[in-house]
Amino acid sequence: MTDTPVSEMSFETAMKALEQVVDQLERGDVALEESIALYERGAALKQRCEAELKRAEEKVAAITMDADGVARGIKPVEGL
Amino acid sequence: MDLIDETDGAGDGGGNAPEFTVSEISGAVKRVIEGEFGHVRIRGEVGRVSRPRSGHVYLDLKDDRAVISGVMWKGVAARQTTPPEEGMEVVAIGRLTTFPGQSKYQIVIEEIRPAGLGALMATLEKRRLALAAEGLFDEARKRALPFLPEVIGVVTSPSGAVIRDILHRLRDRFPRRVLIWPVAVQGARCAPEVAAAIAGFNALKPDGAIPRPDLLIVARGGGSVEDLWGFNEEVVVRAAAQSAIPLISAVGHETDTTLIDHAADRRAPTPTAAAELAVPVRLDLLAWTAGQGARLGRALRGQLSQRAQRLSDVSRALPRSESLLDTPRQRLDMLSDRLSAALRNGVQQRRLHLSEAGGSLRGAVLRRRLESEAARLAALARRRDPALLRGLAGRRAALEALRLRPRALDLAGRARLLETLARRLERAESARRAAAAARLGAAARLIDTLSYHQTLARGYAVVRDGTGQVLTGKSEASGAAELEIEFRDGRLRLGGRRARRAPAADPGPAQGSLF
Repeated sequence: MTDTPVSEMSFETAMKALEQVVDQLERGDVALEESIALYERGAALKQRCEAELKRAEEKVAAITMDADGVARGIKPVEGL
Repeated sequence: MDLIDETDGAGDGGGNAPEFTVSEISGAVKRVIEGEFGHVRIRGEVGRVSRPRSGHVYLDLKDDRAVISGVMWKGVAARQTTPPEEGMEVVAIGRLTTFPGQSKYQIVIEEIRPAGLGALMATLEKRRLALAAEGLFDEARKRALPFLPEVIGVVTSPSGAVIRDILHRLRDRFPRRVLIWPVAVQGARCAPEVAAAIAGFNALKPDGAIPRPDLLIVARGGGSVEDLWGFNEEVVVRAAAQSAIPLISAVGHETDTTLIDHAADRRAPTPTAAAELAVPVRLDLLAWTAGQGARLGRALRGQLSQRAQRLSDVSRALPRSESLLDTPRQRLDMLSDRLSAALRNGVQQRRLHLSEAGGSLRGAVLRRRLESEAARLAALARRRDPALLRGLAGRRAALEALRLRPRALDLAGRARLLETLARRLERAESARRAAAAARLGAAARLIDTLSYHQTLARGYAVVRDGTGQVLTGKSEASGAAELEIEFRDGRLRLGGRRARRAPAADPGPAQGSLF
């Protein structure tokens, strides 16, 4: 398991960690105290995943360039 | 030079041919050529190509015997779908013109395109092999796409169906931030712009004002091979291969393959498919997450109920405290019943034993025994001292016998003895020698007495032949060539050679018995 705090995990990392926790808990070979700690971690990971999924929003912009073709900034693109 | 020579010749010859200046004849040639070849199609192989910064393109067209220079002005060059390159079989359409300042002519190309698909594909295959040999298409170079990119960079035309398809599909699956880098997707500007866009996205700083994409999509809709040609250009392929950001190529339709597809980390058959490769489906993930949450809760409840079940199972198996104590309590009762009786019995038995043992124990018996032992002791004590003294004397005598004594070595006595012995040895030796001499003399006298010489002294003689063989008969003597006769006082040799010995008369038998 990684040491990254759950709140800083990428969606993919949180997802993999959650999968592991569920597997471990379902195997049922952990002590009772540990299974409660595992459940709490799993709940936090699930929350993290959900937060990442809810954060999904579309934002489309186009690069604006200077004369040399170097990116200078972005301008929003509408209506596509 | 030729012209001058001819002019000279004409002058010399004084013919009626008109005389031109160089400019006049050059102008006439120009008129003829431009008039005659104002619109031509030329098929040939592209030779050397140069593209100066001006934007014009200079190239040679050639076949196996001739070469013609060509130029393509900037505006025309930008319009071409397939930029000409060395080795390409092309058809060029344009007009011929001369360049009087250098006595040259050339074709000004209005349009140039590959001479058929086969020629173009051959060029493409050649380039593909060259780039593959460099390792640009190696599987080992390919990186995994991020599972859920935050920002997606799209290199494509800002107008058109392609970007719309991509955005729609992204919206359906998982809305994300999208940065569009607008480029020309065909024509001469296509390749350099696409390459610059890929490099430009990679050049963005991770925490800069413009967010750096964590996934790139290079997309273009379907078209002819010539339309897609820009995505076969080496600059584009190299930019895609060098991109540090994972890149999906989606150029043309499913059946179109361009070289950027080989260099990309993933190839999508269409722009829509690229969007599908780029992001997972959000709703699926939400469902998955909810499912994981449910499994989590179920697993924990399962853990708890399983343990509760085990606890109740185990406690059922646990016996009641009363039943645990029943047997011991009963044993205690029985034992406490037996305790007082046992105590009584024990005392009684021991008392009996004591009285039995004490019965035979009386004073007189003891005293008698004591007296007899005292008498034995006294007797032994009396015998002790003399025995000890005897033993001591014996040991002392033995010790005396063992004591070491000095032994005088009688050297003088030994010397005298040795001398006596030496003298005796000497005496004995001379006596033995005298005795031996006496015996020898006696033996000598005896041998003298017994020798035939005494016989000779009495007048006999010994006869031998020449070899010293004794002869004892007349027949032998008469056969001998030489005779030797031994007398008392010497030997006489007769006959043959000088006589050394005298034959004897007949002493043979006597002598024979003597020897």
